[in-house]
Amino acid sequence: MYSFEPTEEQKIIVDAAKKLALKEFRSRMRDADEAGEPAPEWTRAGWELGMLPANIPEEYGGFGEHSSLTGVLAAEELAWGDLSATLALAAPNLVALPILLCGTEEQKKAMLPLFCTEDYVHGSAALMEPQFGFDPFTLKTSATRKGGDYVLDGIKCNVPFAAESDWMLVYAACEGKSEAFLMPKGTAGLTVGGREQNMGLRALPLYAVELKECRIPASQRLGGEAGCDFSLLLNASRVALSAMGVGVARAAYEFALDHAKNRKAFGEAIGQRQSIAFTLADIITDIEAARLLVWEAAWTLDQKRDATREAYLAWNFTSDTALTAADRAVQILGGYGYIRDYPVELWLRNARALGIIEGIAIV
Amino acid sequence: MISFEKSKMIAEQMQYAETVAREKIRSQARYYDDHEHELPWEFARFIWDEGRMTLDCLRPWAEVPEEEFMLQIVTTEMISWGDLGFFMCLPWPALGGNAIMVSGTEEQKALVRDKFRGDKPTWCCMALTESHCGSDSSAIRTRAVQDGDSWVLNGEKLFVTSAQKAMIESEGYMVVWATIDPSAGRAGMKPFLIPAKTPGVKLTKLENKLGLRASDTAVVILEDCRLPLENMLGSHSTKGFKGAMATFDKARPAAAANGVGVARATLDFLKEQLELNGIKIRYGVSRNLMSSIEREIVDMEAQLRAAWLLVLKAAWLVDQKKPNTLESSMSKAKAGDIATKITQKGIELMGSLGYSRQLLLEKWARDAKVTDLFEGTGQINRLIIARRILGFSSKQLK
Repeated sequence: MYSFEPTEEQKIIVDAAKKLALKEFRSRMRDADEAGEPAPEWTRAGWELGMLPANIPEEYGGFGEHSSLTGVLAAEELAWGDLSATLALAAPNLVALPILLCGTEEQKKAMLPLFCTEDYVHGSAALMEPQFGFDPFTLKTSATRKGGDYVLDGIKCNVPFAAESDWMLVYAACEGKSEAFLMPKGTAGLTVGGREQNMGLRALPLYAVELKECRIPASQRLGGEAGCDFSLLLNASRVALSAMGVGVARAAYEFALDHAKNRKAFGEAIGQRQSIAFTLADIITDIEAARLLVWEAAWTLDQKRDATREAYLAWNFTSDTALTAADRAVQILGGYGYIRDYPVELWLRNARALGIIEGIAIV
Repeated sequence: MISFEKSKMIAEQMQYAETVAREKIRSQARYYDDHEHELPWEFARFIWDEGRMTLDCLRPWAEVPEEEFMLQIVTTEMISWGDLGFFMCLPWPALGGNAIMVSGTEEQKALVRDKFRGDKPTWCCMALTESHCGSDSSAIRTRAVQDGDSWVLNGEKLFVTSAQKAMIESEGYMVVWATIDPSAGRAGMKPFLIPAKTPGVKLTKLENKLGLRASDTAVVILEDCRLPLENMLGSHSTKGFKGAMATFDKARPAAAANGVGVARATLDFLKEQLELNGIKIRYGVSRNLMSSIEREIVDMEAQLRAAWLLVLKAAWLVDQKKPNTLESSMSKAKAGDIATKITQKGIELMGSLGYSRQLLLEKWARDAKVTDLFEGTGQINRLIIARRILGFSSKQLK
């Protein structure tokens, strides 16, 4: 039966995410963006919520089971606080969740406990490649079987925490499909380049990575000989980013709404003019719709059904919604929207990443 | 627990409605578009005899299902997918029926239920709009004056959907909004129940329309129309204007479902045609690799799904007995918008074939336009949304 009511447990998690987003993310968002570094409190306080271990069964060191729906509910709230902070906090998911979803029993036993620790551990994934017409299904980075090993070659970009992580999940074309490989820090031939300088997501350390004849044992291919369900991982990633898009859109919308109520022009609040009021009405309508698209896609994933279409539609719709909401918020604030004393320009820069950069989040 | 799983009841009703749409509606749609105001009697009798779509307030004999309104909404979407003109001809209580259920006394509700349990297809209609006022419905001039033990109504009503079916073709009802005190504004607005064959009710004109041609839209004149006192819906104490507005909380998701249905018909047809021409939509690939047609389809699909989910949520709130004014306006504003755009796009993508009356695309575009007009235009619904989110009154945000 159709229902739009989260469970009591989900409401508690959403509530905790909301508090963290307000107290730690939003308050430090601007400084972190200017400094180009994540605030230490983001991962320190965020890790205490135990969101990742809550997805991992006890036998692998966690205390729960995976739910995309719960993940997207929390992700929206967190991204409302700050997108860079959310991506930083959720970076360990990039290794852990693909292992949970597609790993062999040995991979799960060996790796998942590494992410169920007291303190935050870095994790990373390398999917994006710096070329026109990037398509996750036809990667340029290649993995070739040589004896008992795979040899990886290629260039990656937008790799979060590449320098800081002990493990990086590298996506590469293998036997005509996109596959994933668990690569430890210090693998010969793996070069982490300098920090990328991007339009937004400045507080999130993103790196360029080069792979030159990187040799890793065949047992480190995600899912072993059978490989992984790449579509599933991509869908889960898109759904996660979609949820975050809703959060960013809502942040921008709420700020603009507040401004429209209070800013006076010609003797009345600017929100009393239809041009402003209708803009806000359109944004909130799309935000509500975007959220429902995300929920449906996440629910489909949780039902273990093919969510390719749902995830793709949600991803397209939410990335547009987030960008439009942020852009309209800048427009409604006028000159104030353009200066960095106000947060809306930051949301516009961050929102621009959505729909372009993928594979940097999964819930 | 959040769920997008259809219940068995909903799934079965959708399947049933789809069969009706395919077998009883689609092939007839063009004929009734060409023969404006001709009532598809065969269809109406079929629906009446089957009894599976005489929904909403008409279930006193069975237990009211938990998803009562959802059932109405999915039926609405599916029959509209078949044809919007035919949907308007469904012999069910529709807007007038909803008004009675919202504002009526138990006796009045029972009276109407009896009508809809008879042998012959029956319709209900509602008259609100007047020549000088549409969206600002509290400005109506139709007067109701108490004269002894009766009300006497005088005035002219416009755009009365299904008036011909309710008052001439069947022995149904019309719900007429009139003011008992013009100086009182909204407070003076009251709904009255006028049975068919009541003297003093005249249909003077059936409008010729852009679309929705199978459905009649009439001008109704009330000339010393005398009604028993008990024909005022509810009683003096019940909220008049608010009653009209509460009716919209259900009517708007339904109108949105109309739009979604026609838009889906268009999109389904387009995808079929693309497949016949060897074009497959590659969900998931980079947008940069898509053809412009693929992009158009994917974008339309996302917009359509977005609108439909808003409708489902607004309908779910009704069944949960929770307020939904904001959500129902959102669903209506969105659906009216996308229905217009998607049906126009349907013509564009098919080119001259789309423009030809051999196909239904051009008809769907004409039909769909009404979903951004009736039950509150797109602008009015945006106004309602905006007032709610900004916390402004109708005086602060005009």
